Amino acid sequence: MQMTETVTTQLPQVTHARNPGMVLDLDWVAALQANTSAIERRAATLGGRRSVKKDWQAAWLLKAISLIDLTTLSGDDTAGRVRRLCAKARQPVRPEMLAALGMPGLTVGAVCVYHEMVETAVRALEGSGIPVAAVSTGFPAGLSPWHLRLAEIGESVRAGAAEIDIVISRRHVLTQNWQALYDEMAEMRAACGDAHVKAILATGELGTLRNVARASLVCMMAGADFIKTSTGKESVNATLPVSLTMVRAIRDYEARTGFKVGYKPAGGISKAKDALLYLALMKDELGHPWLQPDLFRFGASSLLGDIERQLEHHLTGHYSAANRHAMG
Amino acid sequence: MTIKEIFDSMSYGPAPEGNAEALAWIAAHGGRFGHWIDGRFTEPGPCFATANPATGKELAQVTQGTEDDVAAAVAAAKRAQPKWARLSGHERAKYLYALARLVQKHARLLAVLETMDNGKPIRESRDIDVPLVARHFYYHAGLAQLIEAEKPGFVPHGVCGQVIPWNFPLLMLAWKVAPALAAGNTVVLKPAEYTPLTALLFAEISREAGLPKGVLNIVTGDGATGAAVVVHPDVAKVAFTGSTAVGRAIRKATAGTGKALTLELGGKSPYIVFDDADLDSAVEGLVDAIWFNQGQVCCAGSRLLVQEGVADRFHDKLKRRMDGLRIGDPLDKCIDVGAIVDPVQLRAIAEMVEGSDGEVYRAACAVPEGCFYPPTLITGLSTASRLMQEEIFGPVLVSMTFRTPAEAVELANNTRYGLAASIWTENVNLALDMAPKVKAGVVWVNATNLFDAAAGFGGLRESGFGREGGWEGLMAYLRPATKARPLPAVKVVAEPAEPVVEGIDRTAKLYIGGKQARPDGGYSRPVWGPRGKLLGHAGLGNRKDIRNAVEAAHAAKGWGKATAHNRAQVIYYIAENLSARAAEFAARLRDMTGRPGEAEVAAAVRRLFTYAAWADKYEGAVKPVPIRGVALAMNEPLGVIGALCPDEAPLLGLISVMAPAIAMGNTCVLVPSETAPLAATDLYQVLDTSDLPGGVVNIVTGAHADLAKPLAGHMDVDAVWSFSTAALSALVEAESAGNLKRTWVNNGMARDWTGAEGEGRTFLARATEVKTIWVPYGE
Repeated sequence: MQMTETVTTQLPQVTHARNPGMVLDLDWVAALQANTSAIERRAATLGGRRSVKKDWQAAWLLKAISLIDLTTLSGDDTAGRVRRLCAKARQPVRPEMLAALGMPGLTVGAVCVYHEMVETAVRALEGSGIPVAAVSTGFPAGLSPWHLRLAEIGESVRAGAAEIDIVISRRHVLTQNWQALYDEMAEMRAACGDAHVKAILATGELGTLRNVARASLVCMMAGADFIKTSTGKESVNATLPVSLTMVRAIRDYEARTGFKVGYKPAGGISKAKDALLYLALMKDELGHPWLQPDLFRFGASSLLGDIERQLEHHLTGHYSAANRHAMG
Repeated sequence: MTIKEIFDSMSYGPAPEGNAEALAWIAAHGGRFGHWIDGRFTEPGPCFATANPATGKELAQVTQGTEDDVAAAVAAAKRAQPKWARLSGHERAKYLYALARLVQKHARLLAVLETMDNGKPIRESRDIDVPLVARHFYYHAGLAQLIEAEKPGFVPHGVCGQVIPWNFPLLMLAWKVAPALAAGNTVVLKPAEYTPLTALLFAEISREAGLPKGVLNIVTGDGATGAAVVVHPDVAKVAFTGSTAVGRAIRKATAGTGKALTLELGGKSPYIVFDDADLDSAVEGLVDAIWFNQGQVCCAGSRLLVQEGVADRFHDKLKRRMDGLRIGDPLDKCIDVGAIVDPVQLRAIAEMVEGSDGEVYRAACAVPEGCFYPPTLITGLSTASRLMQEEIFGPVLVSMTFRTPAEAVELANNTRYGLAASIWTENVNLALDMAPKVKAGVVWVNATNLFDAAAGFGGLRESGFGREGGWEGLMAYLRPATKARPLPAVKVVAEPAEPVVEGIDRTAKLYIGGKQARPDGGYSRPVWGPRGKLLGHAGLGNRKDIRNAVEAAHAAKGWGKATAHNRAQVIYYIAENLSARAAEFAARLRDMTGRPGEAEVAAAVRRLFTYAAWADKYEGAVKPVPIRGVALAMNEPLGVIGALCPDEAPLLGLISVMAPAIAMGNTCVLVPSETAPLAATDLYQVLDTSDLPGGVVNIVTGAHADLAKPLAGHMDVDAVWSFSTAALSALVEAESAGNLKRTWVNNGMARDWTGAEGEGRTFLARATEVKTIWVPYGE
């Protein structure tokens, strides 16, 4: 498979018009509801309602790989560590396995690093078509000086990041200051220029699903290309109820504006089975376009390893072991 | 398809659940089943086929139960019952616990067999039906354990005849069998003709629990078999779940037999969506309401009422969701909607939809050939539309809009049914205001189709009566351990040869709507004392007087909204005023009966105090259901209660009936003692001076035999009690079938009105119905 084929599907503007945002509509924000118990019931039964087996399971797991933002966001990251991760991004599964599955050349969706590692990652991924995403704006707390947060975006874009994962100010949500959230998001979007902006809501710190729904909507109104659950640093990261709330907001936004916004659950998705569940959620709630890397990503570091083992089991009929697969 | 092709299309592939074990179980029985009687399978008799609706293929042959088969099963149950009832509650608890454990151990086999016989998705039989079955037996093991301590003075009925439907074959078995066995009854159960297999498997499993022979008997067959179970003279208690038409027939067939009866019938349950609801969650709720089990659910939220301002958006969201439903092989683990139970049912659904005057939207999902019907939404209907009123019992949702909460209540209640309701709003004030106003036995707030063994389930109106689940459900399988004595004959005193007429002529009228009213017919009859004294005249009420009284009783229904404290105050005041005129009432009783009346008046005053006390103390419950939330069991008044009061205690009898009725917030139409009516007509002066709002109590004097029929047949009366003759008990039960009003009759047996039998919780339970309100919470 030619890498260029993968390249064309990995950025939103290729197939869909980029969300330009809209004026802040506070009536719409205030009317948005999220019933926690009902959302939890839907989330709890999803796994029992959807099941993919055999070749379908293998294909869906391969799809999941193509949607992973392979991530390292650690204080002890070094150039060597990032290069190793990028190599894994290029070759996420052993080549002979991909060949047996009929999917040679499969890569992950992106590599996600801190600003300091952007240049290293961009160089390591040269020619692969795999974009580099940078977490930005004082990640993970988002509490550094405002001008520095905006400057950080510019630095990362100049360093070659094609995608910027920004963090919102949770305090604006917790105080229901939607105007402030909107303004902040809009300025950050502008600072990104052509780079795509993923708005990290840090849902684990927003208190309620209603807040999650309303924050999602405000960020979309302010021009977010993606909305993303978590930094991975909160005590609670991506969950199915949170995801259901956010994808419903995306659906509402598309129904009223016509623009598709992407979704990225991050943190806590480490099992192949969980990935299948998320894919079923996206397929059922939003539809096929949200099963492509331009509208859906997993923010994950250990998920890939579990998927590799499941794929080997699919091919051999024997349960696999982690040491049979290259670590990232 | 190659993996690459699937990668591109991201389609769902097949995910079949294996059925080899279920087929092997059928094969092990040679594909032919007899009945389960006295702890073993009988030799198969003349058989009929039960088929897998998803494939149309025969699964097995089962025996068509004859009257003799039913008689054999009842005889086995009757033999086993005394010993079963004599076991300690703990001993019975151990059996029920074993049944619960065995259901779990055989869970997958039961689920697969259920799906094959019924057509419901394996997801539902595996994740909902079978776990609820196990839960029901666990819960009732607990009730059996506690029954002696908690329900002293109650005994089982004896043999229970139970007839269950095809929509939840095993779950309905559990709902029937678990409480019956817990209470010490034995059972003859007839599963539905379409879906007998899991009942037979369960019976076989019961052997592994060591259940004594004859305690559980299963007779398969069609409606005729069920009818034979219902009418068998040794069946003391009948429980039925199924259609309203059959329920009505059972009510008539059992009238006057003394059999206890509970009916869980049809519905057209409203699903109310307010404009401030979480619309996406409400849409998802509808998937569980009307597309659960292909809509073949008695309590399905089949009647969508959506607030006008959000209706278009809501319908758009709903249609999009419908399009995403997957319909097909019920054994596939990735299927939302399975097969309709039988081609007969499929045709019935199709015909009803074809005749609709609304706008029909069929889900744009692929529908396989065979016994399948697509999820369907019909909009643009009015209340007059047939499909807004009649149960479709299929995956078809009908929709209407409303403007205000008050209009939502009116529309919701504009039905003959009253089983369940869902209310979707984020406003807790609105939800908790709506829940009591909706005529339904079960209300779900921001949820739908939640069930649990601890929470009562059952209907109002033509959705039947009785509750299943909880303590209230257990009570349907118990009766007070009193010795029945025949009612003493009380005769009207005939006109004496030498009438004694004294004083100024007094006119006793009817008491309707707080006013004295002449009888419509214009006839009265003289009331003579035993010594020949003319005591006065009593109006001879007729059917029009009953009509007027019922209308007045309805006009006074604000009484049900008065606070319990307020109702108590009024009842105390009645007692106070009666007490002030005690001597006069005692004299009147002596004149009419020839016996001293002081004790009866004193007992009547005490009784009024009793119910004034109860008015604010007959408490509901909060059920510990397995959700984050509460299930409130609220004791609600029935509405309008009609009563034929006892002859033998002219004042105390009437007070004993009236006081619990009004204490619980009902209004009533009382037909006082026929032989001695003047204590009642004197009483209306007391009522008039006691701040009782007009119409809460209405008194129509006259012949019980003439008034029983219009009262019991009145479509706007919610309950009728008869403490009159045995013949009238039968008449009341038969006539009640019209609107399936609740009845409480004495079957010609006496009650000691002066003692404990004459008051208390039994009366309060009869004057109320438990409404279960599920309120999940969490932000």
